[in-house]
Amino acid sequence: MARAVTNQRKTFNTALAWGIGLLIFFPILWTFLTSFKTEATAIASPPQFLFFNWTTENYGVVMRRSNYFLHFSNSVIISVGSTVIGLLIAVPAAWSMAFVPGKRTKDVLMWMLSTKMLPPVGVLIPIYLIFKAVGLLDSRIGLVIVLTLINLPIIVWMLYTYFKEIPVDILEAARMDGASLRNEIIYVLTPMALPGIASTMLLNIILAWNEAFWTITLTTVNAAPLTTFIASYSSPEGLFYAKLSAASTMAIAPILVMGWFSQKQLVRGLTFGAVK
Amino acid sequence: MSTQHSRAAARIMISPAVGLLLIWMVVPLALTLYFSFLRYNLLNPAVGGWAGWDNYYYFMTNPAFWTALYNTIALVVGVLIITVGGGILLAILLDQPMWGQGIVRILVIAPFFVMPTVTALVWKNMFMNPVNGLFAYLFKAVGLQPYEFLQSAPLLSIIGIVSWQWLPFATLILLTAIQSLSSEQMEAAEMDGASAMSRFWHMVLPHLSRAITVVILIQTIFLLSVFAEILVTTNGGPGYASTNLTYLVYVQSLLNFDVGGGSAGGVVAIILANIVAIFLMRMIGKNLDA
Repeated sequence: MARAVTNQRKTFNTALAWGIGLLIFFPILWTFLTSFKTEATAIASPPQFLFFNWTTENYGVVMRRSNYFLHFSNSVIISVGSTVIGLLIAVPAAWSMAFVPGKRTKDVLMWMLSTKMLPPVGVLIPIYLIFKAVGLLDSRIGLVIVLTLINLPIIVWMLYTYFKEIPVDILEAARMDGASLRNEIIYVLTPMALPGIASTMLLNIILAWNEAFWTITLTTVNAAPLTTFIASYSSPEGLFYAKLSAASTMAIAPILVMGWFSQKQLVRGLTFGAVK
Repeated sequence: MSTQHSRAAARIMISPAVGLLLIWMVVPLALTLYFSFLRYNLLNPAVGGWAGWDNYYYFMTNPAFWTALYNTIALVVGVLIITVGGGILLAILLDQPMWGQGIVRILVIAPFFVMPTVTALVWKNMFMNPVNGLFAYLFKAVGLQPYEFLQSAPLLSIIGIVSWQWLPFATLILLTAIQSLSSEQMEAAEMDGASAMSRFWHMVLPHLSRAITVVILIQTIFLLSVFAEILVTTNGGPGYASTNLTYLVYVQSLLNFDVGGGSAGGVVAIILANIVAIFLMRMIGKNLDA
């Protein structure tokens, strides 16, 4: 039975929570609003909230001036590319660990996790020098390789926790009914595994999209994704608030939407199943 | 029951992932270790040879190292206090009955999905800028001098920015944990006359202890490597006032091209991260049996 809560208390909770929520969200809202202002309105004092002449001109300027599309597509290629390759490598591995666990499965999982604990700066120099030697600096392929490898442990772990939840009995039932191994995989396992694979994919695209150590240190112009491109705004273009806001809004909007859809998976993915 | 056959198949399926991660881990680590004992500067190819412990000696006797070490620890501890403290309070609040809970949750989680360079630039320019920033306006509105956040208190400002990024993570995980607390038990305690404070200390906090530990350990791993936020806001300055270990190694190796010294710094960073990692691995490993 649910506890009876007075309406008064519920109203208080609501007001407090909404107040704090809006405060935390405010920088994002402010960036969004500023992206529709003129540069003069953007730095007006007192600040203008909603009642200004809305304009979409900043978006046009950003896209025309700074090769925005190149950086945006770099971000897409790098985050989606590293995720897809990561899944191709991780699905078989997680699959076999979940369904044919051996004595050392746990050790392998823990060891994979330990590679994630390596601080990137500890291996920056060798990677940089190797990339320089083989011409992978400022290349999309180079970044896809690095991001695939740094996120591989998370992908394997997430998939493993999802696959673990598929009941093994159902396989035996299918086998009793005379299903072949191939049919078993296509008609029984795949439909049950797909949701887990989809959420792993979503979370990993988000992580790769926002990765800002390797993308900044390994790219300059041609392969630069949005993280590097936005970092280049730090001066003096950063003082053009409206254009900075437009560029920022475009860089975060798609990932924000994906993030809201993957809230639940976020907990599982980032705590390696330690909190469910 | 797994057969001999399926075991062999399993081994084949797992080997690409294991092999790639093994290469990714062993090769750069070995090279970093090797470089850290060499005299190796990209700007000065004439200098070479074995350096012994010199790189470590120079790196660790450099005053910048101690500043950076202090800043690294201050950044991690500062952000942890704000995010874990704030996260517990927010999680308890969001667990209460209210209207529009789902939307509030979405608002609170949002900062986590903003890329670090955007976060840093937005805070630096639109909020902390002493001329046109929103904070400057608010300060002036109440009759104060605008404060030069990133000049006068660079490390504290960065702690604030990074906390904004990580508060959602702590809140989300603690909220997930709090929702598994049995409401019947809480009701029973309330009926027995336990006050809100004692329910918090004796029921909520112990129930959350595991999740809090996980949040602390995972955040520490990421916070030790804060980089883009520093690069964009202060470039580590003024002086070394906001340089952390990650940023110091970056400067030494990619801006000063001192491969030997940078590698020695990298090894120090690895050792530091490993101290935390050992505890985290133990926690996660325990959970794996259950």
